[in-house]
Amino acid sequence: MNAPLDWLQLALFCGVLLLLTKPLGLYLSQVLERGRTWLDPIVGPLERATYRLCGIEADREQDWFGYTISLLAFSLVGLVLTYLLLRGQGRLPLNPQHLPGLPPHLAFNTAVSFATNTNWQSYSGETTLSYFSQMVALTIHNFTSAAAGIAVAAALVRGLARHSVRTIGNFWADLVRVTYYVLAPLSVVLALFLVAQGTIQNFQPYVAVRPLAAGTAGAPKIAQGPMASQVAIKMLGTNGGGFTNANASHPYENPTPLSNLVQMLAIFALPSALTYYLGRVVKNQRHGWAVWAAMFLLFLAGVLVTWHAEAAGNPIHQRLGLVAADGNLEGKEVRFGIFNSALFATITTDASCGAVNAMHDSFTPLGGLVPLFNIETGEVIFGGVGAGLYGMLVFVVLAVFIAGLMVGRTPEYLGKKIEAYDVKLVMLVLMVLAATILGGTAWAARTDWGRAGLNNAGPHGFSEILYAYSSAVGNNGSAFAGLTASPADGDPHYDVTLALAMLVGRFLMIVPLLALAGNFAAKRLVPASAGTFRTEGPTFVVLLIGTVLLVGALTFLPALAVGPIVEHYLMGAGRLF
Amino acid sequence: MSAKAVSLLDRAILRQALADAVVKLDPRRQFRNPVMFITLVGALLTFEQLFTAPGPLGYGLQVALWLLFTVLFANFAEAVAEGRGKAQARALRSSRRQLLAHRRTADGYERIDASLLRKGDVVRVAAGGLIPGDGEVIAGAASVDESAVTGESAPVIREAGGDRSAVTGGTVVLSDVLTIRITADPGDGFLDHMISLVEGASRQKTPNEIALTILLSALTFTFLLVIVALKPFGDYAQAAFPVTALVALLVCLIPTTIGGLLSAIGIAGMDRLLQRNVLAMSGRAVEAAGDIDVLLLDKTGTITLGNRMAAEFLAAPGVPPERLAEAAQLASLADETPEGRSIVVLAKDRFGLRTPAMAAPHQFVPFTAQTRMSGIDVASPGGQPARQIRKGAADNVRAWVESLGGSLPAEVAAAVNLVARQGGTPLVVADGRDILGVVHLKDVVKGGIKERFAQLRAMGIRTVMITGDNPLTAAAIAAEAGVDDFLAEATPEMKLARIRAEQAAGHLVAMTGDGTNDAPALAQADVGVAMNTGTQAAKEAGNMVDLDSNPTKLLEIVEIGKQLLITRGALTTFSIANDVAKYFAIIPAMLVGAFPAVAPLNVMRLGSPPSAILSAVIFNALVIIALIPLALRGVAYRPVGAAVMLRRNLFVYGGGGLLVPFAGIKLIDVVINSLHLV
Repeated sequence: MNAPLDWLQLALFCGVLLLLTKPLGLYLSQVLERGRTWLDPIVGPLERATYRLCGIEADREQDWFGYTISLLAFSLVGLVLTYLLLRGQGRLPLNPQHLPGLPPHLAFNTAVSFATNTNWQSYSGETTLSYFSQMVALTIHNFTSAAAGIAVAAALVRGLARHSVRTIGNFWADLVRVTYYVLAPLSVVLALFLVAQGTIQNFQPYVAVRPLAAGTAGAPKIAQGPMASQVAIKMLGTNGGGFTNANASHPYENPTPLSNLVQMLAIFALPSALTYYLGRVVKNQRHGWAVWAAMFLLFLAGVLVTWHAEAAGNPIHQRLGLVAADGNLEGKEVRFGIFNSALFATITTDASCGAVNAMHDSFTPLGGLVPLFNIETGEVIFGGVGAGLYGMLVFVVLAVFIAGLMVGRTPEYLGKKIEAYDVKLVMLVLMVLAATILGGTAWAARTDWGRAGLNNAGPHGFSEILYAYSSAVGNNGSAFAGLTASPADGDPHYDVTLALAMLVGRFLMIVPLLALAGNFAAKRLVPASAGTFRTEGPTFVVLLIGTVLLVGALTFLPALAVGPIVEHYLMGAGRLF
Repeated sequence: MSAKAVSLLDRAILRQALADAVVKLDPRRQFRNPVMFITLVGALLTFEQLFTAPGPLGYGLQVALWLLFTVLFANFAEAVAEGRGKAQARALRSSRRQLLAHRRTADGYERIDASLLRKGDVVRVAAGGLIPGDGEVIAGAASVDESAVTGESAPVIREAGGDRSAVTGGTVVLSDVLTIRITADPGDGFLDHMISLVEGASRQKTPNEIALTILLSALTFTFLLVIVALKPFGDYAQAAFPVTALVALLVCLIPTTIGGLLSAIGIAGMDRLLQRNVLAMSGRAVEAAGDIDVLLLDKTGTITLGNRMAAEFLAAPGVPPERLAEAAQLASLADETPEGRSIVVLAKDRFGLRTPAMAAPHQFVPFTAQTRMSGIDVASPGGQPARQIRKGAADNVRAWVESLGGSLPAEVAAAVNLVARQGGTPLVVADGRDILGVVHLKDVVKGGIKERFAQLRAMGIRTVMITGDNPLTAAAIAAEAGVDDFLAEATPEMKLARIRAEQAAGHLVAMTGDGTNDAPALAQADVGVAMNTGTQAAKEAGNMVDLDSNPTKLLEIVEIGKQLLITRGALTTFSIANDVAKYFAIIPAMLVGAFPAVAPLNVMRLGSPPSAILSAVIFNALVIIALIPLALRGVAYRPVGAAVMLRRNLFVYGGGGLLVPFAGIKLIDVVINSLHLV
């Protein structure tokens, strides 16, 4: 274990992230608040042409209901389109491997998964999807679902910042501008960088190789394809759906330590910058930084625990004298080692990315608990693009409501009173998410179809189920790889229930939050005074962290106890699963 | 009604509350409080388990009983809070038994039962009689003992016309005769409102209480899900969790502490106001008081002592100050106003001038609204021309002097301006055609008021002084008293406009008022405190009545409102933070049977799984009892800024809420095990 170098890498990651936050945040503010950007000369005409072509009145703002309807309609159309493309894959072009169409439940699961920015993959990309499916059916969602997430965050932030108005922005304009000005240009730059690092980008048939060991049945093939372009948006849009099943541990997708670092930064870049956008729009930059600090500290704690757990390794191996060089290397790429795997796992589950460069299933129980808990906080530790911010704002409103009373005033956030209706919406979000995760897990845990999908018995198997539903509801998409969600016998239970969980996790969060945005936008502004609750500074950061941890822990501690916590103690007692 | 007499833990109230706690078990009542309803259902479920599930009976019974106690303790807290109000209501009621009224009829007066009086009836009350209902004096003047309502034993004057015409049912006429027009139907009078409010019968949830109830219900529902899901999780892990343990965990997790104390906190808030002799017409008003950030304060009586005092003699050029003082004293001899007396006193203090024995024939000239001067005419002993001394407003004295052929020296005119600029009232003194100088009458700002305003500012509350003075005077007093802003030459319309403007800018405004012309502003203000001495119109327009009629009370009202909100927030935070320790007590106890390896998770080293679960349940029940005094008294409040207050309360109730239950549960566990209860 090369600790000093690992610490240096951690410092490097955190430093670059911090440096990116302000400039990127400023740029996002210009894009979302329709200011000028240096891309205007190139992208401007394209943007206006799109508005004309689609009949979008970009200057006409919508109220929360109109905004919501637009978003739901857009998502539904995209979902249906992807479903049809996946079903008809066999008859569509760019399919050198002649892969057939997907069965209905898998097509449904996959369409939902990408439309909800989850990118849960019940399939192996290289053996199931054609280049056309990857590039058109799925990648469109990688852009638009990410843009929609940012749009919702922007609508909520506007709702918080405005007062005595009804409108919270125009969904179509937000969608177009985020895609054109942010996601597309950044993806191009990142893809080119990845190609430079060695990521492939082609339309070749898979390459057959001669097996080293004679007598191996069938000739193994090495997958090819337009990977760099897919990987770029997969990270930037916190989508996480890998081109290959091995995702970011595949040497083509993530060839070098540098590409690994840049991919990790790409995951956090936009969620981090959005906190700056928050501060700027509500005219309280210190509030933006307070939210950032809460996210950052939660992230840091997660990294340190996972890193420590993985570096400590498996006590059973140690007792057998099989001390691995530096901790638990099972399921990890030796290229990345313990630290970079632990860091990547924390980042990808903090943000609702779900790309993985190591198998979380093979982490030690505590090392695996952190990614699981990260997802169960509601993906608010930086979180998905947009989703992380609007999720965190749920906790901000909750924290202010509970603790705000303690300054002797009815609670107010950014000069707006938090009233019964707001509490209703916020608690609705938290209840529905918890209910879906716990309900799905409970159902699967006590049914045959649920237990049939498990690779491992005992508490580890339980963690696999819990992780699957947490990942689906949290729109993360990563998996404790042990679970076979789409079994060979075609049992659709997991595919369908997980797809429903993803829909709940996405839209039953977005709709109440847009209603919250509308309600906040209409409120009157209460001027700040010395008696006002401050949403900045260390006290607020501690309060926010406490709220996130407490809500997450109180809701999921019993489930985590039955899963990774029991497993941890059993491992200490010499039992593995 | 003397509210102060009811102590926090009066024995009679406690006895009554114990009985009420059982009555309140009625499921229809419990259903209104989801947190306690779930607890009650859980308790019944554990009783049912005694008969259907295997296991040691003693343990199951104890858990079931303590769960039931949890509900009873919450009921008890509410009953104690209500009990104090009821005790006060009883005292009020006793004053209105078998009241007879003399109602005016077409041909004289008839004796009827007071409960038959209707709005608009006219009654006559003679000395020694009880006033039969709320009304307005239409003829006569009398001294009235209102101690039944205010607790103040000194009688007050009530008379027809003006701002002292309102009378309250149940009060006693001490002298003379009043003719009163009844303004409220029976059951709708001031006392009736008061009784129903203090009894808690007409209490409605306030907006923040509703929001908090939603939060608590949602948390309860979430924990219900967590526990329901835990059953199949246990089945999967082949660690069948017994229903009793699941229910115990559920009740420990749901916010029973705040859920059980929430209504008691609200009732206690109104009660604390009552103890300061302020009657809130709704809980909403108390809650709004905490949010107030602009106070409109009347200058007179609140910021300054009621009267102006002579502070200085500013003699005209060439006039010895003693001469000015002597003339001013002479002119004020018959002046019984506090201002006049203060001139006499100042002359004595400064120059040792004793009140002269007036040998010469003389005649006092009283103040009139037309002359705006007063003074004295002294006939000279030698029959020489009379000496005429006048004091009064500069313009009037000047006109008078000029009519005699004199003039106002420029230096005196400058002194007049100077005094006015400093916020004083200049009183010019003339002896015949000679102007002697100026007496500086000054408003005396109450001691300590400046510090009080500084505290308010630290709390984020702005004070606006309302005065009829001219802007110059107002500005000077405002500066001296340390208020943030002032409204000079204020009329009722300007007050109303000012309140509207503040509210349009998002502020919440509190004010006091007594006159009928204050009524629109009182109604418009978020917290309008009417003085009990005020008119019926004012009392109806406001949402609080100050029985002591003390305008400074506004500051206390705001503090009580804040205290109420802080108590609510602190107990909510405490209640939620408690859950962490309860998890650490119960989860290991539930798992250790199937997975002995998790023993290290039992960080508190509790004796056995049953004792761990029982300890958590007992702690959860007892903490409600332990916090009743805090809920009723309110969290200690200090006027500091929001940041300091948050840090402190978060530390005490958040941090304390995390740690205290670890110690408490451990302690109970030690007791349980040493007594071998399980």
